[in-house]
Amino acid sequence: MKPKYLPLTATIVIFVLSYALCAAQYPNILSTRVIGNLLTDNAFLGIAAVGMTFVILSGGIDLSIGSVIAFTGVFLAVVLDNTAIHPLAAFALVLLITTLFGAVMGAIIHYLEMPAFIVTLAGMFLARGMAFVLSIDSIAIKHPFYGTMKALYYKLPGGGRITLIGGLMLLVFAIGILIAHRTRFGTDVYALGGGTATAKLMGVPVGRTTILIYALSGLLAGLSGIVFSLYTSAGYSLAAVGVELDAITAVVIGGTLLTGGSGFVAGTFIGILIQGLIQTYITFDGSLSSWWTKILIGLLLFVFILMQKGIVYVSRREQRHA
Amino acid sequence: MQTIGDSLLSATRIDKVFPGAKALDKVDFHLRRGEVHALLGENGAGKSTLVKCLTGAYRRDGGTILLEGVEVDPRDTFNAQKLGIGTVYQEVNLLPNLTVAENLFLGRQPRRLGLVDVGAMNRQARALLENYELDLDVTRALDSYSVAIQQVVAIARAVDLSGKVLILDEPTASLDAHEVEMLFRIIRRLKARGLGIVFITHFLEQVYEISDRITVLRNGQLVGTRDTATLERRDLISMMIGRELAAEIRAAREEPDVTGPVRYRFKDYGRKGHISPFDLDVKAGEVVGIAGLLGSGRTETAEILFGAHRADSGTAEVDGKPVQLSSPRRAIAHRFGFCPEDRKTAGIVGDLSVRENIVLALQARRGWTRPISRTEQNRLADHYIRALDIRTADREKPIRLLSGGNQQKAILARWLATEPEFLILDEPTRGIDVGAHAEIVRLIEGLREKGMSLLVISSEIEELVAYSTRIVVLRDRQHVAALEGNRITADQIIEAIASANERGAA
Amino acid sequence: MTAILKSYALRLLPQIIALAAILLMVSFVFPGFFRLEIQNGRLYGSLIDILNRGAPVVLLAIGMTVVIATKGIDLSVGAVMAICGAVAASSITSGHSLAMTLVITLGTGILCGLWNGVLVAILDIQPIIATLVLMVAGRGIAQLVTEGAILTFNDPGLIFLGSGSFAWLPLPVIIWLVFGILVALIVRKTALGMLIEAIGINRQASTLSGVLTPVLLIAAYMLSGLCAAIAGIIAAADIKGADANNAGLWLELDAILAVVIGGTSLLGGRFSIAASVLGAIIIQSINTGILLSGFPPEFNLIIKAAIIVFILVLQSPPVRNAFTFVALLRASRKPTERQAR
Repeated sequence: MKPKYLPLTATIVIFVLSYALCAAQYPNILSTRVIGNLLTDNAFLGIAAVGMTFVILSGGIDLSIGSVIAFTGVFLAVVLDNTAIHPLAAFALVLLITTLFGAVMGAIIHYLEMPAFIVTLAGMFLARGMAFVLSIDSIAIKHPFYGTMKALYYKLPGGGRITLIGGLMLLVFAIGILIAHRTRFGTDVYALGGGTATAKLMGVPVGRTTILIYALSGLLAGLSGIVFSLYTSAGYSLAAVGVELDAITAVVIGGTLLTGGSGFVAGTFIGILIQGLIQTYITFDGSLSSWWTKILIGLLLFVFILMQKGIVYVSRREQRHA
Repeated sequence: MQTIGDSLLSATRIDKVFPGAKALDKVDFHLRRGEVHALLGENGAGKSTLVKCLTGAYRRDGGTILLEGVEVDPRDTFNAQKLGIGTVYQEVNLLPNLTVAENLFLGRQPRRLGLVDVGAMNRQARALLENYELDLDVTRALDSYSVAIQQVVAIARAVDLSGKVLILDEPTASLDAHEVEMLFRIIRRLKARGLGIVFITHFLEQVYEISDRITVLRNGQLVGTRDTATLERRDLISMMIGRELAAEIRAAREEPDVTGPVRYRFKDYGRKGHISPFDLDVKAGEVVGIAGLLGSGRTETAEILFGAHRADSGTAEVDGKPVQLSSPRRAIAHRFGFCPEDRKTAGIVGDLSVRENIVLALQARRGWTRPISRTEQNRLADHYIRALDIRTADREKPIRLLSGGNQQKAILARWLATEPEFLILDEPTRGIDVGAHAEIVRLIEGLREKGMSLLVISSEIEELVAYSTRIVVLRDRQHVAALEGNRITADQIIEAIASANERGAA
Repeated sequence: MTAILKSYALRLLPQIIALAAILLMVSFVFPGFFRLEIQNGRLYGSLIDILNRGAPVVLLAIGMTVVIATKGIDLSVGAVMAICGAVAASSITSGHSLAMTLVITLGTGILCGLWNGVLVAILDIQPIIATLVLMVAGRGIAQLVTEGAILTFNDPGLIFLGSGSFAWLPLPVIIWLVFGILVALIVRKTALGMLIEAIGINRQASTLSGVLTPVLLIAAYMLSGLCAAIAGIIAAADIKGADANNAGLWLELDAILAVVIGGTSLLGGRFSIAASVLGAIIIQSINTGILLSGFPPEFNLIIKAAIIVFILVLQSPPVRNAFTFVALLRASRKPTERQAR
C-alpha cells in the first residue's frame, strides 16, 4: 500500500473496530435511526470541517469558524425576525458575507505575510463581536419555511432518517472530495502544503489560492451556520464556541497532517463519525460522564499524532535504504 | 569571437553588481544548439549569478541576451521558461507530497468537463517519462523515489515546459555512479534532440565525460571558453584556480613533520547506513584531509566523529583513554570542534549577533548558570573579529547580514573561542570569495603549527594538498586509501579516487 | 551599560506608545480613569484594576514568551489553568494545608509542561500539535478532578492569593510582578536567554554548538506549565472555586496575542518578557477601557479585534519593510557612507 493511504486506513480501521465494539455492547447502535441521527447531529461540524481540511492541507489554520457559525445564526435570526426577506435570500446574503470574510483573511495572510494563526484569531474575535452587536440574546427562528425544511428527509429502511442537513453534509463532503482530487485548485492546495516557496517556483498562483482557500472555509463556515440555525431553530451569539477545535481534531483524527500537504477530505468524514460515535456511546451508556468524551478524543488525537510520526519515520528509513 | 552559426543562446557583456561587490563583470557566454556546455569556476566565481541572470531570477545590470538571434529579457523564471529556458537545481525544486504526474503537470493538468482528467494525466505522464527511460508508478508521491529519479522528473518537466535551453545546476551532486550514468544518457539524448544544455558541476571527470565545450569563470570574470577535447586537465585547473593559490600550495608543502603521539584513535568506528566502520588515528599538529566525491561518506565521517550521529560500532580514545562521543556536547567536553558543511542550516544562528555567534559554543560548554560577562563577550568577539579579519560593521550586527566568507570565519571563531584541541572542518572554503579562501587556508596552517589536530573535508583537491599532512580517500561510504608524505599530490589523490572508483564498480 | 539600557528602552517603545495611546483614549471618554485612591490600606482605581484583572494573561504570557522564543507554541495553557484550579480546589477541600496544596498544584502545572515538552523535544512533534492534545483533553481532565461540578472552597489563605492585598497592591499584581521580574532576571542574568534564542532561530546549529537543546526545550514548556498553574490558582482563588469549564477559557489565545503584540516573532528567536507583559496589559487595557468608556459591551470584541489588527498590521513584514525602506532612503541621503570601511 502507498504510504499516503496509511493514516486514512488506520482511521477507517479504528472506526470500524470501535463501531463493532459499541455494537457488541449495544446492538441498537447499528440501527439506521442511530446512524441517521449521527449524521444530523454532526452535520454542521462536518460541513465546517471540510473547509478546515482544505485550510490545513494548505499548511494553514482557521480559528474563526466557530464564531462565523454563531454570526451566521444570529444574522439569520435577526433578519428573519425583522424583515420579510425570504430565508433563501437571507441564506445567499449571509453566505456572501462569510465568503468575503474568509477571502479578506486570506488576503491579509498572503499580502501582509502574517501567520494564519494570528489573522484568523483576530477574525474569530471580529465575527463573534459582530454576532454580539446584532444581538446578545438568543432569538428563536419561527419562519414557516424553517419548519418545511426541517420536515424534509429521506426515509431509510429501519426507521432512520437522512434529514436535509444530514444529506447536505454528505453532499458537501462529496463535492469537497471532488474539489480536492479533481480540480487544479485542489492540487494547488496540496502544493501549498508541500512548500509555498517551491509551489510558487512551479507556477502555483499562491496569492489567489490562499485567498480562495480561506474564502472556501468562510463559505463552508457560513453554510455550517445555516445548518446550525436549522438544527437549533435559533440564533445565539454564544453558540458554537470551540467548534474550530472540534473541526481541527476531526481533521487530524481523519489522517491529515497538521503540517499540511497530506491527507484526505474523506478522512475528515471518518474523523467526524468517530467523534460522533464516542458521544453516542456515552449517551447510550448513561453512567459515563460527559468529560470522558474530551479525554478520549484527546487520547485519540495523541495516538494519531504518534502514528503519523511513526509513518513518516518508517517511510524516511525506507527511502534511505532504497 | 564566437561563431554566430549555430548559436542558440548568446549572452554578451553581462554585468551584475551586488552591494559592495561586482558579481559579474562583462561576462560573455555562448551556447550552441545540440551541445553540452560546462560552466565551471570555483565557488563564488559567478556561475550561479550568471545562471540567475539568464533565467531572470536576478535582473542583470548590463549586457544583452539573444535567444535564437532575438533579444530577450526574461523578467522571472516563468518568463524564461516560456521563452524556452528551463532550469533544474541541485536541490530538486518539485513538491515531494504530490504524485509524479501532478508534479509534471502542475498548473496544466488535462481537464474534461472542468475537472482534472486524472487518467489522461497519468497516461501522458507515463508517455513523457518513457523518453527518459523511466517506468514509474506516476501515481505515487514524488518523495517515494530516490533523488536521482526526482532529478530526472524535474528535467522532464523543465524540458517539457521550455524545450530550447536546459540549465543543470549541480545535478549530480548527490547521485551515485550508476545514477550519474543514467542522467548522462538522458542528457545525451536531449542533446541529440537539439537542446542546448548548460552543465554546472564540481566534478571534472564528469565535465570531460559529457561536455563539448567549457566556459570558466573566476572572480566574476570570464577566463575563457574552450573545446573540451583539446583542453588539458591541468590547464583547466589552472584556469579555474589561477596562480595565487598554486604558489601558496608550494610554499605550504615544504616540511610536513608530524612525529608526535597519537591523540585521537578511532577503531572500527562506524554507523549503519551512514559510514562503514573505519580506523583513524590523529596526532597532535596534524591535518588529516578527507578526499572523495560528494556522497562518499565525508560528511558522515565528520558527523560521527563529533557525535552529531551516534556511532553504532567501534571505540574512540582520546590520549589513550576510552571516551563516549554520543553527542556534540560530549565531544565538545573533550575539546572537539566542528564547522559543518551547510553553514546556513547547521552553522550560523542567523538573527543572533556576530558576538553571540562567536561565544555560543563556549557559553554552551560553561552551562547556562555561568554566563560569560558582557565585557568578556565583547573582548572575545573583538579579538576574533580582528584576528580573523571578519568584515562586519560592528560586533552587534546579525550574522545573517554578513557575506558567506565572513560567516564562515565567525563560526571558526566560535570554535577557536573554546580553545579546541581537535577541530573538524567540513568544506570550510565552500561558497566564499577568493580572498577569504586564502585566509582560511593560511589559518588552518597556523593552527596546525600551534599543535592543534585538524580533520578537514574539501572537494577542492588542490586545497587539500596545500594543508594536509595526511589524506584519507573515501568512496562508497568507506575509507579506502591513505596518502602520506610526498604521495600527497593532486594527481595521486585523483588516482586514488579513480582506482577506488574502478574497484567500486567491479 | 547605558547603551544597553537605551536599546532596551527602544525595544519596548512601540508597546509603551500603544499602551499610552490606549490609556489616553480611554481617559478622554472616562474622565476618572487615572484616579487612584487608598481604601483599607489598598490602592483602588481603574489602573490598578487593569493590573489586577490582567494577572492571568500576564502570567501565561511570561511562559508563552519563552516557549515561542524556542519556535514553539503552547496551546494547552488555558486547559492547564483549569486543571490546576481544579487540583488546588480539590486538594484544599480534602484537607491539605495551603502549602501542600500549592506544592501539589504547581507540581501539576510543571508536570503538564513536562508532558508537552517531552512530546516536542523527545518525540519531535510539532509544538502546535503536541500541545493541542492537552488543550483538547485538559478540560476533560479538570472536570474529572472536580467531578463536573464547580468546586468551591473557603480556605482564607487560598482566597487571599486571589483577592488579598500587600503593600497597597492587590496580591495577584504582586505575584506577577515578582514572578515576572524573577523570570526575566534568571533569563537575562544567566546565559539562558541567549541559548533559548539560539534554539529558536536555529535548533540544529545550536545542538551542534553543544547547547543542551532537549533539556532547554522541556524546561521552556515546564515554565509555561508553571505559569499556567499560578494563573490557575489566582483565577480559582478569585472566584473561590474551580470552574473546569470556564477557567482560563481561550486565555491561551490572549497569551499568544500578548506575546505577538510584544513583538516576539511566532517564528522564534529574539524575545522580551517585559514587552510581552506590556502586550498583556495592552489587551487588558482594551478590555477594561471598552467597559469603562460606556460602549455597549457587545462592541467589546469588535473594538478589540480592530485594535489588534491595527497593531499587528503595523508589525507585519511588508509594512515594517516599507518603514525600513523609508528610513534607509533618508539615511542614504546623508553624505557619510558607512560602507566605505
